[in-house]
Amino acid sequence: MRIKRKTLYDILTHLILITILLGVAFPVYYTFVMATHTHRDAYAFPPILRPGNQLLENMERAWNRVNLSRLMVNSLIIALTVSAGKIVFSILASFAFTHFKFRGAKLLFPLAMVTQMMPLPVRIIPMYRLMVEFGWLNTYYALTIPYLASTTGIILFRQFYMTVPEELADAARVDGATPLRYLWHILIPLSMTNIAALFVIEFVYMWNEYLWPMVATTAQDMRVAQIGLRMLYTTERAAAEWNIVMAGTILIMLPPLIVLILFRKQFASGIAMQTTK
Amino acid sequence: MDRFPGHKFLPYLLVFPSIFVIAIFLLIPFGQAIHLSFFRISPFGRMAHYVGWRNYIELFQSSAYLQSVLNSFLFAGLVIGIGLTLSLFIAVLTTQRIRGKAFYQVAFIWTYAMSPAIAGVMWALIFDPSIGVGTHLIRNVTGYRLNFFTDSVGAFTLVTVASIWIMLGYNICFYIAGLQNVPHEFKEAAMVDGCTPWKSFWIITFPMLSPTTAFLIFVNTVYAFFQSFAMVDVVTMGGPGRTTEFMVYKIYRDGFDRMQEGQAAAQSVLLFIMVAAIASFQIYTSTRKAIYNR
Repeated sequence: MRIKRKTLYDILTHLILITILLGVAFPVYYTFVMATHTHRDAYAFPPILRPGNQLLENMERAWNRVNLSRLMVNSLIIALTVSAGKIVFSILASFAFTHFKFRGAKLLFPLAMVTQMMPLPVRIIPMYRLMVEFGWLNTYYALTIPYLASTTGIILFRQFYMTVPEELADAARVDGATPLRYLWHILIPLSMTNIAALFVIEFVYMWNEYLWPMVATTAQDMRVAQIGLRMLYTTERAAAEWNIVMAGTILIMLPPLIVLILFRKQFASGIAMQTTK
Repeated sequence: MDRFPGHKFLPYLLVFPSIFVIAIFLLIPFGQAIHLSFFRISPFGRMAHYVGWRNYIELFQSSAYLQSVLNSFLFAGLVIGIGLTLSLFIAVLTTQRIRGKAFYQVAFIWTYAMSPAIAGVMWALIFDPSIGVGTHLIRNVTGYRLNFFTDSVGAFTLVTVASIWIMLGYNICFYIAGLQNVPHEFKEAAMVDGCTPWKSFWIITFPMLSPTTAFLIFVNTVYAFFQSFAMVDVVTMGGPGRTTEFMVYKIYRDGFDRMQEGQAAAQSVLLFIMVAAIASFQIYTSTRKAIYNR
């Protein structure tokens, strides 16, 4: 009797989870279906919910319409540069905060808090003026350098470095290793999970960044993929071509999705590390 | 702490890159935003004259600004309230002792990779006034013809639903991690004492998740206030009327389109104060947990 009740309960749990999962996945499925149709089928009534065979044609038209090759390359350059830069900067800083005693070491948490409270919109007007002053508008500098410091990253690595046994550093020191050798040969190889987790977080974040790239660039060839999506969507409103817009949407959403799926385990363990303080 | 004594200069060198970027691109510009908020600046920034608190006073008297604050909070409240409830519900289901648990636990993560602009476009398709399946469904069930281009409630619902959807992956992931940290002994003890699973969830699991919840409230607030900009800009452009002109969108429009940099800077400062208050609440909640654990 009890076993039966448990089975019933399990089936119910599965049913609810599968229903929610299908609901959550539906927008992506519908996007895909729309991207595979000709204009006529896309606007058929009642709506057609099985895929057609025009995916590649629609993608090609979306790709050429807003010069996606250039925009995607820009997004890729920015996302990779910022992720790599943030990883390096935060490893260096959290190494200092966990392995040395120095004046200002206590500033870490106040600094981290304050920077968390200062997302771009609260300083956007002076930032724009600064870019004008530096002559950085429409350059990769404006799209990468202001992002390079990451207190998320510093804290993430700090959490991990606090758990590394002290004896390891002591042994390295006794063997005559300099701090930087210890960092490079011992600590960094141990930090690969965290590096991957931070890479996912920052790659996704930068690929999806919108407001600052819009403000800091006006030249067509310096735009990023997210702005390309806006341009595609605007043409849809004028010309009613959902099939092409959605083909473009798929292309633009793929890179961060692939990165997340590839590193999903590291991402999840990075999150677990953030919650266990 | 000091595992390499005798290196006096090195730690400063190590923190320098991060501190330099934070100083030049965060702290100084924010200071300038405070400074600018006391000035009235002519379009294209040629002339500036000091006006004291006038920008702030005018904001508090402006119905458009107050409406934008109110709408932003309503939006954030809905995203947090509905989003976190749904995420916690899903996270609890995936941590039951069922088969395929590992599959379910990663099956929801992917919405994290979706950008607000993408989510906005996807949901705009679903609620498209003429061909959207969502629009058809609503009309068949209720007879209501939804048009988010002209209908305030429709536009507001569109951005809310899309935002809840995008945050699901992240929220679920954090709740799963939080749930796995709740010690089993506590729940078992409660069961032995005759607690129903429902009751033990509310008196044990839920309070122990409060640091996670506080953290997620903060992250979702930041999302609703800041990241939602892209969705609004692509899909509703603040409209219809000013329904979806949330605080950041208004800063952007006032600062860059309407050429009122001083007023926009004042709005930035007020926005900072709001975010700081919410962040302090989160820190207060998580430190209280530390005491409780001792």
